[in-house]
Formats: sequence, structure tokens, C-alpha cells
Amino acid sequence: MPLIKNKALSDNSWTFVADENPLPHGDISVSLQRWQAEKDAVLQHDGHHGVRLSPADSVDALANDLDKLDLIELDFPLFKDGRCFSQARLLRDKYHYQGEIRAVGRFLTDQVFYLHRVGFNAFELDSARDVDLALAALNDFSVRYQASSQ
Amino acid sequence: MYQYNERDQTLVEERAHQFRGQTERYLTGELGADEFRALRLMNGLYVQTHAPMLRVAIPYGLLSSKQVRMLAHIARKYDKNYCHFTTRQNVQYNWPAIESVPDILADLATVQMHAIQTSGNCLRNTTSDHLAGICTDEIEDPRPYCEIIRQWTTLHPEFAYLPRKFKIAVSGAEHDRAAVQLHDIGVYLVKNDAGDIGFRVLAGGGLGRTPIIGQTVKPFLEKRYLLSYLEAILRVYNLLGRRDNLYKARIKILVKETGLETFTAMVENEWLRIRDTMLLSDERIAEIKAHFTPPAYDVHAAADPTFEQQLSNNPAFATWVKRNTEIHKTPGYRAAYISLKAPDSPPGDISDAQLDAIADLADQYSFGEIRTTHRQNLLLADIRQSDLYPVWQTLTRLKLATPNIGTVTDMICCPGLDFCSLANAGSIGIAREINATLDDLDYIHDIGDIKINMSGCMNGCAHQSVGHIGILGVDKKGDEWYQITLGGSSENQAAIGERLGPAVAKHEITPAIVDILAVYVEKRLDDEPFLNTVHRIGLEPFREKVYATH
Ligand code: SF4
Repeated sequence: MPLIKNKALSDNSWTFVADENPLPHGDISVSLQRWQAEKDAVLQHDGHHGVRLSPADSVDALANDLDKLDLIELDFPLFKDGRCFSQARLLRDKYHYQGEIRAVGRFLTDQVFYLHRVGFNAFELDSARDVDLALAALNDFSVRYQASSQ
Repeated sequence: MYQYNERDQTLVEERAHQFRGQTERYLTGELGADEFRALRLMNGLYVQTHAPMLRVAIPYGLLSSKQVRMLAHIARKYDKNYCHFTTRQNVQYNWPAIESVPDILADLATVQMHAIQTSGNCLRNTTSDHLAGICTDEIEDPRPYCEIIRQWTTLHPEFAYLPRKFKIAVSGAEHDRAAVQLHDIGVYLVKNDAGDIGFRVLAGGGLGRTPIIGQTVKPFLEKRYLLSYLEAILRVYNLLGRRDNLYKARIKILVKETGLETFTAMVENEWLRIRDTMLLSDERIAEIKAHFTPPAYDVHAAADPTFEQQLSNNPAFATWVKRNTEIHKTPGYRAAYISLKAPDSPPGDISDAQLDAIADLADQYSFGEIRTTHRQNLLLADIRQSDLYPVWQTLTRLKLATPNIGTVTDMICCPGLDFCSLANAGSIGIAREINATLDDLDYIHDIGDIKINMSGCMNGCAHQSVGHIGILGVDKKGDEWYQITLGGSSENQAAIGERLGPAVAKHEITPAIVDILAVYVEKRLDDEPFLNTVHRIGLEPFREKVYATH
């Protein structure tokens, strides 16, 4: 799946590992539940570490771990689930998280302008067809009224 | 009124452009129906029973004559020569083609208008007091704060996909004319003991299926914290509001299920964290206030004796002045309602020709401004009293001078079965029937101020649960029936109406309303208003009369 990172098409070195699967080599992300249950094992693993949050997960649960994480994936079960927007905002503004915040799952390319503004800097897209749409949509608006993360 | 700067203008143009692309992708099948649905709703576009419906935003009910002419133009060019004003001070078109909506939005953008966030699960148009800035009971003009909130809500990146729609109202007067307590967030301008003006913030009010009156979360908020407080409430709601059940998704349910104290504590926590990062400066407030300075009133307006002469010479004019105009804080001026409740016309509807004529009237007599009201009428806010006579003559010719503001026939009414795909029952037809039955103006004026609100289904778009008399369309095995409530109010003493009894059939609803009014006239003491009579004697006498005959 194509990845846009920092407004450009980018290589993806990360693998999300489902809870029941063993950890492969390389950069991996795991669910919050697995992270909490097997943090030490994950940290001893050779690549970089990331966590994937569902909308119902509280970002506060990662408050003390953020310096160990290079990636946080926020997973959209439905594009209408707006909780991910506030999760990103809290990660950036409350916890000053500097790593990658990546949108995964069923978000729309039409949402990337807002997503970028609330703190997402990476987007895992469904198909190559979406790349140009998403890159264009990142510039949907040249003006804004509110302060936000970006 | 507020004039767009370059940033505002760019934003509405870019939005229209964005939506054109989305519509094209939908029409070519590139964008799915479900995805397009969410995007079009946030641009005011519904798909209704017969055709799409486009809702255009009128921020806190203020329009210029130029904008009104554009509304007329759109009605002519893209619709069937009319449009419909809503209870949230917006305007709707019932017959535009989906393909033409991008063009309509582009046309609107040329007069500083848009349809952004007029539907969908997002921050909606902020509403306010239609007498803002001119009434005699105002603590401070709410419009600058409405504009500040309008800008903050517009394209807010974090709160575009809320659990459910979200409505904010602001009032600056002692008398609440904006139904503030029935909004997701209600804001009153208040003065504290030290004499400072700030805000009382309420949350968790709302109509619809489960009508709830909002509760105070912040008794006094300093002005500089307005936006940080709103943001804190929205963030708590966005994260914790229910998304599993459409009917439990409004903030009122979150406040109820969490409990006011816990909810407030969560909001305060978040607010304390962010409040110093998003201060509203005095300079910013002053900058916006400069858009709402009073017009150049004629200081000799009160000295002109012609008004008194016209009043005594023409009883019909005097009746209209009494019923359809409001006292103005400037001597010699009045505000005049344009009644959109003529007996033979659906409540809130207006034609392109009427709109054009109103724009001319506003230019000639009321500083080029027109306001929309929460009760689906229009208002010319700043008329010299000696000009009321020609205004009345013109409005009479336009069939916009029915002297019924605030009376039984000034009903709030949703589109109902005629236009809305969710409706259980018709409402426009019933409004017409009640109007035809109560055709005696003297009797209507004798009954006095009374608010009848009628919705075609539980969604309650016409706020029936807070009508003094509420009428709700229900479906009984495919037939249209009507549930009556009494004693509701959306004003300072907000209350949810109580059910009178079992629903009545379609042919019984108008007689039932007639019965209710007869009981009131019989039982009232002197000038006792309807609500007071209901509170004093209870529902029983009304019940007896309405159900005795059936
Ligand atoms: S109250 Fe029901 S019938 Fe009336 S407009 Fe709203 S959704 Fe439609």
C-alpha cells in the first residue's frame, strides 16, 4: 500500500503485527493491548517500535512510553470516526510527541487536509490511484481560522 | 454586519472548488455514495423525498440586501422560484439538481455566503437573538461573539466528524429569544458581581427524540477564554460521545450518562490545560465589534408626527404596528417583522419576487439589512417610525403583512411529509387547515401570544416539544396521527411540554387545537398568558374538552 509521508510519496519500512503473530524482523507496530502486555519483549526486538491505537484507546495510556515510540498509527474503522482527530491533536499538543503519526484504515483522501492539520504526517493509502488525490487534497485550503497542531 | 476580508473570501471560494471536485468524482462513480453523503452533508446538501435539498447558512440570521437578491436569483435559476427559511435562521432550497450545486455554491461565494456545515455531524451555524443590537434589554450585543464562534467553527479540522450534529446559540439579552437552553452549547452574556461582562455556558441541551434542557457548566467565563472553553467541551464530546447508537449520540446523552459534575470536571481539566494557548485578545474582540457598530440613525426620527397620525387614521396599519413591530432602543425607530405565515402559504416559504422586493425595502428603509428569526419570519431591524407606513403598504401588497407575529397562526412548522423523507405525517397541510379555521383576526389577537410548533416526526425540527402547544406527527399503521403537548417553552423558563393524551387522527387535530384555545379563553384570568393558565389549572380541563368529543 502506498504511503505519503511529510507530503511526499515515501517507502514504508513498517509492519503491523497482529496480536497472535510472532514478531518478525524490522520495524514493527503492535496494538496497545500487546504493547501493554509485552512491552519488554517488544522493546528487545531489533527494529524500531510503534503502537497502533483504535479510536476507543486513550492516548493517555502511552503518556510514559512516547519517547520509546517512533510511530503511532491511528486506525480508522470507519471514516466517520472522528475520535482519531482528537487523538492526534492530544499526542502533538498535550504530549508533544514528535514521531510519526500515521493514518491507517478506512479514512478518505478527502480528509487528509484536516488530518494533517490535527497532527498526522503520514497516510497509508488503499491504492496507487489515491496518491495524487491525497497529495492534491493536502492543499485544499490555503487559509485557516483556528489554531491547530499544524 | 460582518464583511469578509481576503481570508474569508478565499476560504469560501476554495471550499466551493473542493466540493466541485468531490461532486464530479461522485457523478463519475469514483467516490462512493456513502463517502459522498458525508461530504455533501457538510456542504448543506441532503437527498430528500423528491429531490436534493440544499441548506444555505445565514450566520446568526444576518443578511445584506445584496445577499437576499442572490437568494432570489438562486431560487429563480436553480429552483422553483421559492425557498424556505428554517428554525435555525438558515434558508433551504427544495429542488436543486445535484449537478448544479457546485455552481450554486460558487454563486453564493460571490456574495460572501456558503453552505458550509449546515448539515452533517459537525459544528453547525451559530444562531442568536434576532433583536441583537436593537433591543432594550441587552447586556451586550452577542453578534461579535457569534462571528468569532462562526470563524472558529468553520472548517475546524478536529471536529468535522463528531458523533452527531452540534448546535451553538448565543444570547446577550435578559429575555432569551434564541432558545439558548435547547442547544448543545448555549451561551448567555452575563454580568458578574464585579460588574464585568462574561459568559454563562450551558451544555447538553437539545431537542429531537429526547428533549433535554441544557445545564450550566460554567456560571461565569471571562471573555478571553470563550474559544478555549468551547474547544474543551468539544474535545471531551468528540472523544467520549456515543457512536454506537444514533439516538444516543448527542452531547445531551453524554452529559446525562456521565453526570453533570463528572462531565464538567473533564471539561475543566482539558480547559485548564489549553486555555492560555488560545486566548481571545481584547484587540481581536474590538476588531470584530467594529463590524457591528450601529447604523447612522436619524436623530430627529422621534420628532416626526406623521407616525401618530397614520396610526389613528388607519386601524389596519395600527393593528399591524401593534402585532408585527418591536420597540427599538433608538427613539423614533422600530423593527418590523415580515410575516412568512400568510394563511395560504407554507410557513417560512418565500418567492424570488418577494425576496427582491424585500431587498429593495431594506435598501430604502432599513440600512440594507435583513434578519431571519428563529420562528421563520424575517425582520427589518432599523426602520424610522414615520417610514413604517410605506413599508406596511408594500408588505401588504406582497402578502407579507399578515398581522400575526407571535399569535396562533405564527406557527413553526417543518416541511413534513410533503418534502421530508423521514416524516410520519404532514405538517404544512395541518398548518393551512388551522389557519383557515382560525380566520377571525380579532379572536386571534384576543388569544394573544401563543406558540404552536409542529413537527412531522420525532426528530422535532420544528421544536414541538418546547411549543406552548406542540404537535408531533406519528405514524399509526400507515395513517397520519398527531400527538399534542402543552406547556413547553424555549425561553428563560425553558420547559418540555407535557403530553395531553393519546394521539388524535388527522381530521381531529384542528378541532383539538380549537378546543384547547377555547378552554384557555374560558379559564384565563384577565390578561393571563397561555402558559400561566396551563400551569395554574393543569392539563385536565384541556384533556376533558379535547377527548370528550371523541
Ligand atoms: S421533524 Fe421529521 S418530518 Fe419534520 S423536517 Fe424534521 S425530520 Fe423531517
